[in-house]
Amino acid sequence: MLMSRLQEELAAGRFTVTAEVAPPKGIDLQNVLDVAAAFSGVTAVNVTDNQGANMRMCPLVVAGKLVDAGIEPILQLTCRDRNRMALQSDILGAAALGIENLLLLSGDHARFGDHPEARSVFDLDSVQLLQAVNDLQQGVDMVGRKLDGVPIFFPGAAVSPESEPFELMFQKFRKKIDSGARFFQTQAVFDGGRFEQFMAEAREVGTPVLAGILLLKSARMARFLNDNIPGVRVPEKHIDRLEKAGNPLDEGVAIARELVGVARSCCQGVHLMTLGHEDRIPEILDN
Amino acid sequence: MIISNQKKKDELLAALDGAERLFLVGCGACATACKSGGEEEVFQMQEWIESVDREVTGSVVIDEACHIMRAGRDLRHHRQAVEDADALLVLACGAGIQSISASSDKRVVGGLDSLFLGNIKRFGQFEEKCSLCGDCILNETAGICPVTNCAKGLLNGPCGGMEESKCEVDREIDCAWHLIYERLKKQKRPGVFARTVAPKNWDKRRKPGRFNIKK
Repeated sequence: MLMSRLQEELAAGRFTVTAEVAPPKGIDLQNVLDVAAAFSGVTAVNVTDNQGANMRMCPLVVAGKLVDAGIEPILQLTCRDRNRMALQSDILGAAALGIENLLLLSGDHARFGDHPEARSVFDLDSVQLLQAVNDLQQGVDMVGRKLDGVPIFFPGAAVSPESEPFELMFQKFRKKIDSGARFFQTQAVFDGGRFEQFMAEAREVGTPVLAGILLLKSARMARFLNDNIPGVRVPEKHIDRLEKAGNPLDEGVAIARELVGVARSCCQGVHLMTLGHEDRIPEILDN
Repeated sequence: MIISNQKKKDELLAALDGAERLFLVGCGACATACKSGGEEEVFQMQEWIESVDREVTGSVVIDEACHIMRAGRDLRHHRQAVEDADALLVLACGAGIQSISASSDKRVVGGLDSLFLGNIKRFGQFEEKCSLCGDCILNETAGICPVTNCAKGLLNGPCGGMEESKCEVDREIDCAWHLIYERLKKQKRPGVFARTVAPKNWDKRRKPGRFNIKK
């Protein structure tokens, strides 16, 4: 069976790095393609889906363009903007464009984004979307109707390893694996100790986990994340370091590098969110 | 009950454009409890209408405005006042407004916005607990509805936005899945966590809903 490079890397047990790009707000693809091409040491690149509930170009097209450019994409799909029919049809389209990796998410609520008056769909949740992908890979759609040609994907999902109560978060993690998740990318990790605790349990399950590493640029940005981004919690000790640093971005790189160090010791890779500072990736990954 | 709220006066004034003489209709059920369309509010509306140089030809508070036959009967009891009006201003939920529009060819102006099917927490405080989805899962979720109480209506546990057991959409509100988890734990049963819940059958909530008890 053909495998995506991401799947190969993880199967081979190599420490795997992914990064992400956001589709343009508009129709000019040059910047997103340039950013994706400039990543170094990165196996696959996530393409976000109206991230933070802000309307942008559909990720399916951007991921298809990355395939054409020889860059392996991870297509993110959320349940917020599409019902089960639209999701399935986009997933079939993804297969036709040569997209192999999927990251299947519930999605941030529309009230966080630039279209707060939009009706959020959530016809499926992330677990049910994973099951839908499973069905398609069996050659049938969600209602059991036969497909002409069977897609093959490497489906992934998200997990918030620092979320409490642990047991409540972990049951959903298990459900996602039972529903076909073959890899995980985590919500931004900031507390190495808690992440290690999560991995101690997750390792038993065996599905590879890439720790989400978000590059903090300043104390102000950290506070903004805490106030505005669901599921992201930057601890005060990091904010303090950023505040006291002569060059906050350098300090952010140092924090990210420390967290990558934690990831190297306990999980299968990292997913880097560098938000415009892709040039710092080699430093973040530096052992 | 159906929770409703009076439209803002400038919006109402725009909706009343061209209607000089009005017959007022209130509702003795939900809109009375919500203080949006009971006797008192109909009276206050009459005063306001007169203050904006319009005439009130008469008024009625129907026991339950959603009862189509009763609404029709009550309008017939006020035939002359209804006849004299340019429009009927209805202080009832959307269902009540449509009982009136089904019973009269007169122009109907709705004075309320219908918000949700609500529980009464205490006087004047209402909370949505049920979305009328037609496919109830409460027996497995310790009597807490995730379709309604989870902002995303997720069926298989909390989203990644749950923080300190609060909802990502409103940090004042408890995460429904956290509440379900805690209550099931107290009851020492796995409930909904024992299975992966399949996608919801929205065909059970096809619009417009129809139900006939005799069938």
